[in-house]
Amino acid sequence: MPLGLNSLKKSIWVYHMACSPCNNCDIEILDLLTPRFDVERFGVVLVGSVRHADALLCTGMVNRQIKPRLQEAYLQASKPCIVFAIGSCAINGNIFRKSYNMAGPVDRAIKEVDPNAIIVYVPGCPPKPEAMISSVVKAIGFLDTLKAKAK
Amino acid sequence: MSIFYYLIFPGFLFISIVGLLTAWFDRKITARIQWRKGPPIPQNFRDIFKLMIKEVVIPDTANPTIFLLAPAIALATAILAATMLGVVNMSYEVSFIGDFIVFWYILTIPSIMIILGASASGNPMSSVGASREINQLFAYELPLVIAISTVLFKVGSIGFGDILGYQAINGPFLYSISGVISFIVVLLCIQAKLGLVPFDAPEAETELGAGIFMEYSGVALGAFKLTKAILLYTTPIFLITIFWGGIKVSGFGILWVILKYILIVLLLTLIRNTNPRLRIDQSIRFFWGTMTMLSIVAFILTMFGL
Repeated sequence: MPLGLNSLKKSIWVYHMACSPCNNCDIEILDLLTPRFDVERFGVVLVGSVRHADALLCTGMVNRQIKPRLQEAYLQASKPCIVFAIGSCAINGNIFRKSYNMAGPVDRAIKEVDPNAIIVYVPGCPPKPEAMISSVVKAIGFLDTLKAKAK
Repeated sequence: MSIFYYLIFPGFLFISIVGLLTAWFDRKITARIQWRKGPPIPQNFRDIFKLMIKEVVIPDTANPTIFLLAPAIALATAILAATMLGVVNMSYEVSFIGDFIVFWYILTIPSIMIILGASASGNPMSSVGASREINQLFAYELPLVIAISTVLFKVGSIGFGDILGYQAINGPFLYSISGVISFIVVLLCIQAKLGLVPFDAPEAETELGAGIFMEYSGVALGAFKLTKAILLYTTPIFLITIFWGGIKVSGFGILWVILKYILIVLLLTLIRNTNPRLRIDQSIRFFWGTMTMLSIVAFILTMFGL
């Protein structure tokens, strides 16, 4: 088990989940994969299927249309799976907070289906790539607590 | 002794380590070409260990038996093919009549298992990927078999031992016109067999979302990743065996083998990084048109002894 969890910390495969964003955070996420930041150094790879994912990168305020889809995608992912709420919209709705189609930010939508989900918040509008890399470091800290629980 | 062969030396343990290192080399070269730094050496080992602790999700629409058996059989047969190749290279005497054909059958089974597993998952994207994989299998097998039969025609036998013995006396097949042409054909067919970029329509991450592997997770996905890594080791060694004089362990021989191996993997990686993905009809036209013509030319040249 410790071998697997230690490897998980160094090899986080991410799935890009756009929950009605304005696309600015998505551009910053894709910046992570460019030569300047190159997160493949840390084993982070963008995958095409949610079944392969260790982390969901959720951007945008969650509207009524996307909410059931986000919850379904989270349930279909193979656990352990971390959720990253990227950008102010994903954390609290930002300027869309009082909008008629707001169906709760990412954390509320995920906690409805799994109260014990690990959620990492990355503030910013959009957050800098450096902030996202630092959030991955913090997520690794969460995985350490998971390891302590396993013991 | 055969258990030892299968599990330890030219078998499972050795080829997994070499295959995963090769997969890392492929990723690193890709990163360097794109002016990135690339992953560290143990990255591919970490990926496999990580997939071992992940949950295996079986979709409601899937047939669980076939869905879970397919990766296991693919891995087992890939190891078997690699072991056969290794053992034959260690001593020519163990080769039996027609082991070349047996090897070829075994090497096709991983592709068929990938198709079966993708079809059993019940996902529409996976079934599109599976149909493309079938098309591609039919496309590249034809030129591949003709190109390899040039070698068999020259030797006049279908055993690895005879092929290696012939090359030990008369020099490698690669150093002749027909040899060079068939080598190029086989190299490109191997590119399709491994599912690398110009021919990765079945897997197409941006279009089908990992296609054939879409519904796989956890250990099952890990088995498929390991199968791919092992095939990435097996196919260059196969090329060296039939075209480039085989593996000689004595003296500087092993150094030459490593250099040839790295060169072939480097060629595969460079082709993968400098070409866009072909549509499935384009890749079929490529294999049944240009490649088949080239392999027939090579075969005719062989008849004239060139």
